[in-house]
Amino acid sequence: MRDMADPATRPADRPAASGVPKIRMRGVRKAFGAKQVLDGVDLDIAAGRSMVILGGSGSGKSVTIKCILGLIQPDAGLIEVDGKDVLHMSRAEREALGDRIGMLFQNGALFDSLPVWENVCFKLLAQNRITRAQARDKAAEVLAQVGLDGSVGDLSPAELSGGMQKRVALARAIAARPDIIFFDEPTTGLDPIMGAVIDGLIVDCVKRLGATAVSITHDMASARRIGDDAAMLYRGKIVWTGPAGTLGHSGNAMVDQFANGEREGPIHMELRR
Amino acid sequence: MDTFLLDPLAALGRATFALCRTVGNVTLFALAGLSHVVRPPYYGRMFWRAFIEIAWFSLPVVALTALFTGMVLALQSYTGFARFNAQSAIASVVVISLTRELGPVLASLMVAGRIGASFAAEIGTMRVTDQIDALTTLSTDPMKYLVAPRLLAAIIALPLLVLVADILGVMGGWLIGTYKLGFVSAAYLKSTFDYLQAEDVISGLVKASVFGFVIALMGTWCGYNSKGGAQGVGGATTTAVVASSILILALDYVLTEAFFAR
Ligand SMILES: Nc1ncnc2c1ncn2[C@@H]1O[C@H](COP(=O)(O)OP(=O)(O)OP(=O)(O)O)[C@@H](O)[C@H]1O
Ligand SMILES: [Mg+2]
Repeated sequence: MRDMADPATRPADRPAASGVPKIRMRGVRKAFGAKQVLDGVDLDIAAGRSMVILGGSGSGKSVTIKCILGLIQPDAGLIEVDGKDVLHMSRAEREALGDRIGMLFQNGALFDSLPVWENVCFKLLAQNRITRAQARDKAAEVLAQVGLDGSVGDLSPAELSGGMQKRVALARAIAARPDIIFFDEPTTGLDPIMGAVIDGLIVDCVKRLGATAVSITHDMASARRIGDDAAMLYRGKIVWTGPAGTLGHSGNAMVDQFANGEREGPIHMELRR
Repeated sequence: MDTFLLDPLAALGRATFALCRTVGNVTLFALAGLSHVVRPPYYGRMFWRAFIEIAWFSLPVVALTALFTGMVLALQSYTGFARFNAQSAIASVVVISLTRELGPVLASLMVAGRIGASFAAEIGTMRVTDQIDALTTLSTDPMKYLVAPRLLAAIIALPLLVLVADILGVMGGWLIGTYKLGFVSAAYLKSTFDYLQAEDVISGLVKASVFGFVIALMGTWCGYNSKGGAQGVGGATTTAVVASSILILALDYVLTEAFFAR
């Protein structure tokens, strides 16, 4: 296995892409009932880079991603992908954009009525890019990338352990080689070594495919490994963005408290909800 | 509860408003689902899965329901009709009430329990575990993939089931008529078919198709809009079965009125 900490392979050493950001969010607001979850999120994600979003549990990280994906309609604000307003796109444009996006859901969201191989190749089959006969081989190939044996392909998702489900979900997210990939807690529930392998895989996707990645993670080691940039979401706003390498010694008291897991600091966890 | 007691009019208004909104939403959902039935891509696999589930696996329960209904019908009409010496009409009574009314309604009610519940539970679980969102991110329209094939399958499968129910119901009546009530088999069958008109059977099959649509619609709609984990899915399942059963009975009246009140 490659050493992910090797500076030569560190994504942060690549130059920042210039020009229009791949994803641009401005003043995005979303409330569920009386609860204002997103309260004016401003975020730029550069093309070909890997962004890590940090934030406490329930701070709205998953909601942010779902807003970009169009799964949740924000109450206000602007979201652009490649300079195009995604909230007011035609259906056809939206579908074309969706074809280029991959998403790993926090809970996997595997289709339990389908075997693993069909899950993995679902998008390729939906887009008629491969036949069902080819799909099994393709699935085995992608499963190998996430450290799973090809024979897993014939099982049903319910027969897998939580960590295996996560890896199958990851395989499904990257199988169609998307241009933009969202990872909602890709390594939660995996053992440390497998976590590092998955981190390596995410870095690979960004580097080799030239994809733009947006990850959510609570694991700081993982955040430093996979992220070029990091952003911190707190009380519905992005309170800090900066290089992922500086997490823990960024100079921002909130970020450093969060990254180092200290109880004392500017962030007060609301324990009563 | 307080507001309900204090201001019943406002509560009534709110309930009416909510009902109108629900009816509107269901109508839009139905139109969207039907429009996907005719627009490609088509998911033949999903259609067959739903069709087999409805037509094949409902067969035993529908068959038993129809058989016993036919038997009871023959027995009941015999005791009733004997009071004015009209026993000879039993065969016609059995076949007409089955094809026009009991076949479609009872078969549909049984299917509503099985299929409405299973559609709502499956789609509801997919909703609360993000699987429906996942479909969207995998270049697949959930309305097209989950809803349209089920609607089509139910519309086609129910008439077939009802046809089987009609036949088995008549057979049940014939069994009781010949073995218990002492009719001559040929005479019973003759009077079964003598007064039967194509319209009786066809109107029943049309009803079945409409009921099938209602069952699949309520099942998919309740599942699609379920919220909040296992409890939400349970609620969706109950609503789907209750709503489709009531709608079947209400629509049965409307359709009967339309067919026969001319
Ligand atoms: N569909 C929904 N309906 C109502 N409230 C919601 C919905 N989705 C999210 N929320 C609320 O929005 C808030 C943020 O949720 P979100 O899932 O984005 O948190 P998160 O930052 O991803 O947390 P975690 O790290 O625990 O996954 C939560 O308080 C949640 O209760
Ligand atoms: Mg989350």
